[in-house]
Amino acid sequence: MSESAGANAPKPSSSVKLVLLGEAAVGKSSLVLRFVNNDFQENKEPTIGAAFLTQKCTLPTRTIKFEIWDTAGQERFASLAPMYYRNAQAALVVYDVTKPSSLTKAKHWVAELQRQASPGIVIALVGNKLDLTNDGGDASAAPEPENESAGADGDEAAEEGEGHDASSGNARKVSTREANTYAEEESLLFFETSAKTGTNVVDVFTAIANAIPESSLKTGRGAAGSGQTALGARSGDDSRVNLGERNAATAKEGCAC
Amino acid sequence: MFCPPWEAPGDRRQRFNASTLQQLLRASTSNTDCVQKRTPIAGMTTLHPDSHSDIQDESVDPSAAPSRSSTPHTPSRDRSLSIDSVRPPLPPRPNSLNLLNDETAFRASLQAEATTAVSRADIDTQAPDAGNAHSTLAVRGVPRGLKAKASLNQLASPKGSEAGDSASIRSSIQNGDIGDVEALFRDFVTAAPGDHSDAASLLHFPEFPADDVDDTGFLSEFEPVGELNEEAGNEDLLLQRWKAKQKHYLILSAAGKPIWTRHGDGGLISTYVGVIQTIISFYEDAGDQLRSFSAEDSKFVIVTRGPLHFVAISRMMESDNQLRLQLEALYMQILSTLTLPSLTHLFSLRPSTDLKRPLQGSETLLSSLADSFTRGSPSTLLSALECLKIRKVHRQSINNALLKTKATNLLYGLVVAGGRLVSVVRPKKHSLHPGDLQLLFNMIFEADGVKAGGGESWIPVCLPGFNSSGYLYMYVSFLDLRDDVDENEDISKDESVAIVLISPDKESFFEMQEMRDSLVGQMEKNGSLKVIKAAIDQGRPATTDIVPGSVLHHFLYKSRANVQFTMSSYSPEFTSISRRRRLMSIYNNLHGSIHAKNTSVKVHHCVSRSASSFAWMTAVFELYCIAEPNANRNALVQSAAKIAQWVHQEEERLFIIGGAVCAVLTCLAPTQTLTSKRRFSD
Repeated sequence: MSESAGANAPKPSSSVKLVLLGEAAVGKSSLVLRFVNNDFQENKEPTIGAAFLTQKCTLPTRTIKFEIWDTAGQERFASLAPMYYRNAQAALVVYDVTKPSSLTKAKHWVAELQRQASPGIVIALVGNKLDLTNDGGDASAAPEPENESAGADGDEAAEEGEGHDASSGNARKVSTREANTYAEEESLLFFETSAKTGTNVVDVFTAIANAIPESSLKTGRGAAGSGQTALGARSGDDSRVNLGERNAATAKEGCAC
Repeated sequence: MFCPPWEAPGDRRQRFNASTLQQLLRASTSNTDCVQKRTPIAGMTTLHPDSHSDIQDESVDPSAAPSRSSTPHTPSRDRSLSIDSVRPPLPPRPNSLNLLNDETAFRASLQAEATTAVSRADIDTQAPDAGNAHSTLAVRGVPRGLKAKASLNQLASPKGSEAGDSASIRSSIQNGDIGDVEALFRDFVTAAPGDHSDAASLLHFPEFPADDVDDTGFLSEFEPVGELNEEAGNEDLLLQRWKAKQKHYLILSAAGKPIWTRHGDGGLISTYVGVIQTIISFYEDAGDQLRSFSAEDSKFVIVTRGPLHFVAISRMMESDNQLRLQLEALYMQILSTLTLPSLTHLFSLRPSTDLKRPLQGSETLLSSLADSFTRGSPSTLLSALECLKIRKVHRQSINNALLKTKATNLLYGLVVAGGRLVSVVRPKKHSLHPGDLQLLFNMIFEADGVKAGGGESWIPVCLPGFNSSGYLYMYVSFLDLRDDVDENEDISKDESVAIVLISPDKESFFEMQEMRDSLVGQMEKNGSLKVIKAAIDQGRPATTDIVPGSVLHHFLYKSRANVQFTMSSYSPEFTSISRRRRLMSIYNNLHGSIHAKNTSVKVHHCVSRSASSFAWMTAVFELYCIAEPNANRNALVQSAAKIAQWVHQEEERLFIIGGAVCAVLTCLAPTQTLTSKRRFSD
């Protein structure tokens, strides 16, 4: 496994189990590959099942070793998700800024995490594929986590919803403000990233590392490996999570349009 | 094994359908037509005059049409029916010619006979170039309400259709530009009178020409046809590209929904899917099952499994049986993604289920599997596995490392080097099915999904040969064995080494990870990793390494008891993809002729203008070799005998015999036993 940023400073080191969730093809694996290998592949094939990667993140006071579960976004894998977010201390819920339905899906994941994951889990909402928008190339236009300034940079107006776009090569269909508002409501970290250009990718992970309370950090890799109980055999029909129900329960869309 | 159209049961109607399809294809494509660009239809030229009357009966039978249209249809079915509805009846024809008995005659000469054109006449009533307005209407999907009506329409003008007949032939020949890709198989086409069934006779064996084809032609086979733009303005171009492909695989549901296609997408080719569905359901309605038919040089093979139809369309001179095996493998891939109960359940709930969604993300697996068939896969041809050649003691020490580090929840543990098995640990009484391994290796080494993940993977997978009703969980980790890290290139498929650990427990990822770590540690310690690397670097032996001065260029050897095969190196002759494909085509033919039904051939020798080939079957092995065209037969046989001898000597290096066996797993239900006849080892 590749741990490129392995700083062997004698700082306290602890491991954090992190899970990536989100609709298929929003760029979860690409975000992870950018973070872990600083690499990007165009037209990456879909992840099958889940991939497990590790990467260290060095903070001024300590070193965090992320144990990352990069899950497949397809619905048939959804029933396996609890296995991955159980005991996770952090989650990255990813959507695609050019695809409104992916934000809806992201909201479902957030709701599921809030309902079923560990209570203290740090959740970051991440809008990927920023490079496809007008403000994409600008790496400095980084909205800070959990603050309201995000709406200001690069985002024309919250009204810019679906349909109104594409004229100037701007494929953005989810406005920063819309997602940011939602993230604030749910107390999530919020970022817009581009795995392709690298914009904000490391920042997401650093922000998560910072947001994890020191008290919840253990050393070693116990967090992920131990205490797992069987979830029951996976049968054919439960391979699809009951989206309809959650859809109804959490459809409080703050959609701007 | 070979089922030429005229020998299969119900053959008359099969032939009839070949022409129906052909004409529908023609009708539905106004521009240049690659699908039928050569000459009209093989099937129709062999149509027996005697069959004429009952065919006609069927198509114009007034009671038949209403009964069919009265059944409830899904929208897509309706669509196909609308195509079906313009299927014309057969015009009256002179019955003086009995061409059926003349199967060996060259097609070209048959086609020159206008009077044979029972179905050809139909074609040209449909053909755009015959200037028939209603044919183009039919294409663009204007539904014609009544089949009978359309039929009668055509019945009325049998004469006219015959007049236009020659025109349609001519035009199709004119359009028949032979591209690079086709040049790849031109030799087969010109030399073989179309059917493999008599490939046993030397005279008809396809030629293997001198190499004059570059790779680019064949490589275009794997290029995407592109996507429809918003106004569908590029549809014609895309269809043209689609039709230029040598090989197609389609999966559709029994209700006619396109599920997956190797080239293009469901929207682009919905017309063709409709045609195919119509043809298939035509037989189903009659309580029959259509298995295959030919149209010119295209072979259509259909495999129906539960609610799914699998269709292969090949212009690569493959036999029915070979194509059927390929389709079976695609079905296995679908089972591997969904499991059988889940597949059945989906369709029992709603027969019109769109399977695309549940299969989402696994399309690349189907595609890479299909492409490996198109490129030519010895593993599929022989239904066997290849192992990495290492010394017996070395394999023993890897086996021991596997046994020593075995996790409690492990079912199967594999060490695989670029699709070649190095070692396996398995529970007693459970073997591995080669078909299952083929799916796994395809997923791990051919499709990039696992490897590109960059880490370790944990994948739910159903191994249909092992147990099609549930998932197992597969841990995959790639090893980097390169010493020289300076080169930045990706490790090639042949060089990557993977540790594959399969468990029935979905929570056992970290247990498997631990096992992998200690296994790799062990293998490092006892030098096994070095051994594996050396074996990979060494590659497969050339024929001349085994038999100095041998006339053989290449061989395949299958050990029947072990269900494993070994072969010589592709280099230097067969390194390019098109040469390799042609090599595989020769093997396909050789394999086809020696396995032909009703033959008990033990030795088969073929000489053609550019290659001589030799097949040898015994109870223990199957050996296939290729040599120069003018190779001396004695030399050929001697070399083959020496190869067989060599394999026998090296048997324990070339093949895994038994593998590492551990105690029976208690975590397995007794139902999870292997049912197939073919076992990897037992």
